[in-house]
Amino acid sequence: MSTDTTKNTARNTGAAPRTTLLRALTAAGGLAGVLSTFLAWTWTDEFPGDLTVYGYPGGLQLLTLVLALATTLFALSALEIRGLRWLTPAGSTAALRAAALGTFAVTWFTVIAIAVDLDGLVNLEPGGYVAALATAAPVATAFLLPDDTRPICRPKELPSWAEILIIAGAFAVGLYVLNYGIQTDAEHPEPFLGYLIAVIFGAITLTKSGLITRISALTTTHRSTTLIAALVTAVAFPFFQDKASFTELGVNIAIFATVALGLNIVVGLSGLLDLGYVAFLGVGAYTAALVSGATASTIDVHLPFWAAMITGAAVSLIFGVVIGAPTLRLRGDYLAIVTLGFGEIFRLAVLNLDGTSGPSVTNGPNGIPNIPPLEIFGFNFADDHTFAGLTLDSNGNYYLLMLLVTIIVVLVFSRAGNSRIGRAWVAIREDETAATAMGINGFRVKLIAFALGATLAGFAGTVWAHFQTTVVPEQYVFTNTVPPNSTFLLAAVILGGMGTIGGPLLGATLLFLIPKKLEFLQDYQLLAFGIALILLMRFRPEGIIPNRRQQLEYHETGQLDVPDGTGLQNSAVGVTKAEA
Amino acid sequence: MTTTTTTAPVLTATGVTMRFGGLTAVRSVDLAVHPGEIVGLIGPNGAGKTTFFNCLTGLYVPTEGTVSYKGTVLPPKPHMVTQAGVARTFQNIRLFANMTVLENVLVGRHTRTKEGLWSALLRGPGFKRAEAASRERAMELLEFTGLADKADHLSRNLPYGEQRKLEIARALASDPGLLLLDEPTAGMNPQETRVTEELVFAIRDRGTAVLVIEHDMRFIFNLCDRVAVLVQGQKLVEGTSDVVQSDERVVAAYLGTPFEGDPGEEEAAEVEAAEAGAGGAGPKKSAVTGDAESTTARTEDEQ
Repeated sequence: MSTDTTKNTARNTGAAPRTTLLRALTAAGGLAGVLSTFLAWTWTDEFPGDLTVYGYPGGLQLLTLVLALATTLFALSALEIRGLRWLTPAGSTAALRAAALGTFAVTWFTVIAIAVDLDGLVNLEPGGYVAALATAAPVATAFLLPDDTRPICRPKELPSWAEILIIAGAFAVGLYVLNYGIQTDAEHPEPFLGYLIAVIFGAITLTKSGLITRISALTTTHRSTTLIAALVTAVAFPFFQDKASFTELGVNIAIFATVALGLNIVVGLSGLLDLGYVAFLGVGAYTAALVSGATASTIDVHLPFWAAMITGAAVSLIFGVVIGAPTLRLRGDYLAIVTLGFGEIFRLAVLNLDGTSGPSVTNGPNGIPNIPPLEIFGFNFADDHTFAGLTLDSNGNYYLLMLLVTIIVVLVFSRAGNSRIGRAWVAIREDETAATAMGINGFRVKLIAFALGATLAGFAGTVWAHFQTTVVPEQYVFTNTVPPNSTFLLAAVILGGMGTIGGPLLGATLLFLIPKKLEFLQDYQLLAFGIALILLMRFRPEGIIPNRRQQLEYHETGQLDVPDGTGLQNSAVGVTKAEA
Repeated sequence: MTTTTTTAPVLTATGVTMRFGGLTAVRSVDLAVHPGEIVGLIGPNGAGKTTFFNCLTGLYVPTEGTVSYKGTVLPPKPHMVTQAGVARTFQNIRLFANMTVLENVLVGRHTRTKEGLWSALLRGPGFKRAEAASRERAMELLEFTGLADKADHLSRNLPYGEQRKLEIARALASDPGLLLLDEPTAGMNPQETRVTEELVFAIRDRGTAVLVIEHDMRFIFNLCDRVAVLVQGQKLVEGTSDVVQSDERVVAAYLGTPFEGDPGEEEAAEVEAAEAGAGGAGPKKSAVTGDAESTTARTEDEQ
């Protein structure tokens, strides 16, 4: 197996012969893994995905194929094969280990799942054994390799059309990966679990190899292209879904992500721990439900949607100020406790404003059902609409509307964050005493952040109410197994990366998708969630997408080794002496 | 008052007293800083220098006494004090560690700019102009303190001496009429101390009066036009470097006296008196006994 690849190493002059051999063996093992996915792993199609066919891979085999291919390519790149060296700008060993481990994990997960689901190892075809062995070997060789992590060198100059193509390609891959996850079969957990394992190891591989750093450097140079690519990807999403339920998932993710981004202003930028944030979503949703002409509404008004939206946001704003004004004088833990209390007060108040234990406003536990669908200038969101041959169903309509709301929130976040007020928020988060000594009115600035966060949540809540067509108090609890709830929102922000735009969006996507796809876990969902959070805090405390400040920190540690301090001090003396 | 300056003082503190429960940390301190002056505040550890600073900048609300800046009484809110024109640095560096050097200085510009949330969201021409002006001013201050080429570094990654300088630059960004420096050379080597000295002179020459707390006596006596000595919360003496340096009470306060009333016991007696005063007869009496004690100490010194 390995003879053909070892020939290539003749060209490799830099590494020790043992390293070269190990790399070659890893490449060979990866190739064997690739080939094994073309074999049948089991004899029956009772196992989800069709793993019974000789000749082409299917189902979970595809994941093995991709990761094994990655292992092979990275190993070849480590061997400095011409044309592949760009794959590992930050060193190959760590990436190889992650890729090999990922291949191993996905394959063994599949094989074990086959044995367990179908009762017994007899259900494995020889191909299954081949795959298991072929994917285990590269793990062993990869972990014997010496570490070769190196600082990322300056990339080769590429023509800008090529760079733009790379960005577009990266977004297309991203959309495909996300799509794959959303479209996995919810009836059987195996494909999604395999997908999750593959995505996690794939992401680690890409990060360790330095490719993520390369691409993010590209996106910063081509900012507008990146924004357009992101927008196109987001708009394209509903057109790729063949089931309405997938688009519905997309709408829910968009709403959840938008609210998480709003929370990020409060938690990520200003450092105010808000444990009752979902209540503001509830305020917006209930307001929209009450003023949109639902038959069960206790207020007999039917505002057009734009007015309902503004009303919802405005009522949330008022609630934000009313809650914030007394509580924001508190710091740290005290604020967290008070907001936690407020979240519960909201739910209990809504439960009791049913006409018997309190004034009749919210119908208590029954909530407000039958909220009419949205209609903007005669465009009814419940109907299908066809544009240029592409049909958008009801979910698609809501998805695009929600996308607009998300864009507005992203704009608000980035503009507010990068301004005088945003700097004041970060300063307050960093050191409140020093910030007030710099002339920042801490209370006022915090209140603005809190109220802005509340307004954005209320804004999203209005769409949420129409999309769900029903609002009930039990949606707005502190913690639950399904989003939205305050715990999940906060987790989405922290998991994704505090203070970034991409972080909460990604965190919310994961936190919405995973519980939906892993419903078989039932009561153990929160346990799994807790374990996942603990692991994340141990291995990546800054979140999946660390913010610019942390990136800068990593970027700078290298710079500071340069002893340029003396030159600086001399120049300072020169300046001051001249003026003295 | 030993100074004969005729101009109106920038800062006037009259009878500033700060009590924490039964302990009087600062007792009836008067101090004036005139325009273009560098005033030093020295005293042994625990003399109440930083507490006095916190009273001046509104971090503490003084129990008694007033602080006024250019004739108007300062409100006891730190951000309003800065707004009025008194900026400060901290004894333990308190930079915004995860912000860049430039951003730190931009935060210092906060009180001198007005752009609120709406202007940030709408990004009109006014916003862009104000941002550009702030940036320009911040860069100018970084230039002044010699940090311009580190503008994009995270402030926590700066070496210690430069963090001190950045704190000064950040304080200067609010265009203060008076700058309060709390131990600006703590932990610095002699060379860095000299650089800081030059920097403080340069700040004075820009028209900002400076009040500085320091333990480095050479630094203080080189730098200051006047020096006030604070011992156990009270102002012992105030005057030019020569006057203070030759004052035996100051030497005694720092090195201790060879007499029976040795500082350890004296301190204990002082605290006891303060506690007794708070428990029973009220603060006034304790102040009186405190005074009596220190006068006896002084007479003993002079003998």
